[in-house]
Amino acid sequence: MMAATVLAIIVQRNLFSVVVLAGVYSFLMATVLVALDAVDVAMTEASVGAGISTVLLLGALYLCGGEEAKPLSRPWLPLVVTLVIVAALVYGTLGLPAFSDPQAPIHTHVVPRYLTQALAETGVPNVVTAVLASYRGYDTLGETVVVFTAGIGVIALLRRRRRGKEDGK
Amino acid sequence: MRREPVLRVVGKLLIPYMLVFALYVQFHGDFSPGGGFQAGVITAAAIIFYALIFGLPAARRVVPEAVVEAMVALGVLIYMSVGFAGLALGGNYLDYFVLAHDPVHGQERGIFWVEIGVLVTVSGVMLKIFYVFAGRGRESGGG
Amino acid sequence: MEAFASHYSYFVTVLLMAAGLYIMIARGNLVKKLIGLSIFQTSVYLLYIAPGKLIGGTAPIVSQAYQVYSNPLPHVLILTAIVVGIATLALGLAIVVRIREAYGSIEEDEIIAADVGHGDRE
Repeated sequence: MMAATVLAIIVQRNLFSVVVLAGVYSFLMATVLVALDAVDVAMTEASVGAGISTVLLLGALYLCGGEEAKPLSRPWLPLVVTLVIVAALVYGTLGLPAFSDPQAPIHTHVVPRYLTQALAETGVPNVVTAVLASYRGYDTLGETVVVFTAGIGVIALLRRRRRGKEDGK
Repeated sequence: MRREPVLRVVGKLLIPYMLVFALYVQFHGDFSPGGGFQAGVITAAAIIFYALIFGLPAARRVVPEAVVEAMVALGVLIYMSVGFAGLALGGNYLDYFVLAHDPVHGQERGIFWVEIGVLVTVSGVMLKIFYVFAGRGRESGGG
Repeated sequence: MEAFASHYSYFVTVLLMAAGLYIMIARGNLVKKLIGLSIFQTSVYLLYIAPGKLIGGTAPIVSQAYQVYSNPLPHVLILTAIVVGIATLALGLAIVVRIREAYGSIEEDEIIAADVGHGDRE
């Protein structure tokens, strides 16, 4: 179903429907993430991808116009490039661990320590919150600064002078 | 959209619940999925919802531009202050276990304040971006 | 064929990645390119989270009733990645709005033509 949504996004030229389809895609991705036991991530993806992202895209479309021009008449080069990359990636992923392999390296290094010690050391049962805010607090600080930077970047780009007519500032 | 009675009534019923839900997600993030980011986005969504129904000037009266801009910076400031508090109380930067009388309570207190910082910044930034995008077209008359 | 079943999640990831990449390089509309970028980013989230899942495990919230948990570390990294992704999207859209106001269009071909024409005149 996600493949169908993505194909529809590629083909559609009315940007408004593309934005709505992107919201649908986000919700489908959130459902897949819940099936993969990633509940925090699913909640964030649903609220951010299908909520805020859609609002921002619609706001930008209101300012920019809602129709896409006719695509290239010769899309062969991008298609070939994409297929070559797909082949290379499929070949590469065959070397990765199988799905749900308990012996995979991802499960054996530092994660058992997080899972067994998080409640005792931090008093917080939600291991994701404990790791995010305590064990990996620096990363979260960096992320908050990134959000802050995006905010002031948008303010700097789109701030208006209150004087009335703007002259390309 | 201001005159549509259905939208106004539904909005007035839903928006308080959205805000309370955002606070629930924030504080219950220790025991169930949630935390600062999700709560910040839900808060911003509640106020954007209000702006969509009642108009941007009404939303600007409820949450003025200056408050939003202050929120954007305040969250990062709170986060960094928790770090410096750890430094001042004898540990390394962003050490939580020195913040209270015993390490586990210190961790809980540190996590609490850090998530509040994240909530304030994320909701401030999302709301500010919405204000900027929505306000621009209106002033230039459609671009 | 057994490799297909055990690596199915990776194939889905690669498919979505290819779709996002194709939108980014084959379409000229700037807003659509940004949507392609966000599709690409979501495929990367899947790439990280799928290997963390343990069949029979549950969400990584410690409780008495469960012993096996799915891996929480990718969740943390991807949570950050999602928020950074939306920051990128917001900045990208702001730049697109400014381009629209400067050139009058958000189609890549028209913008390049306008730039070339302007460059010739200088």
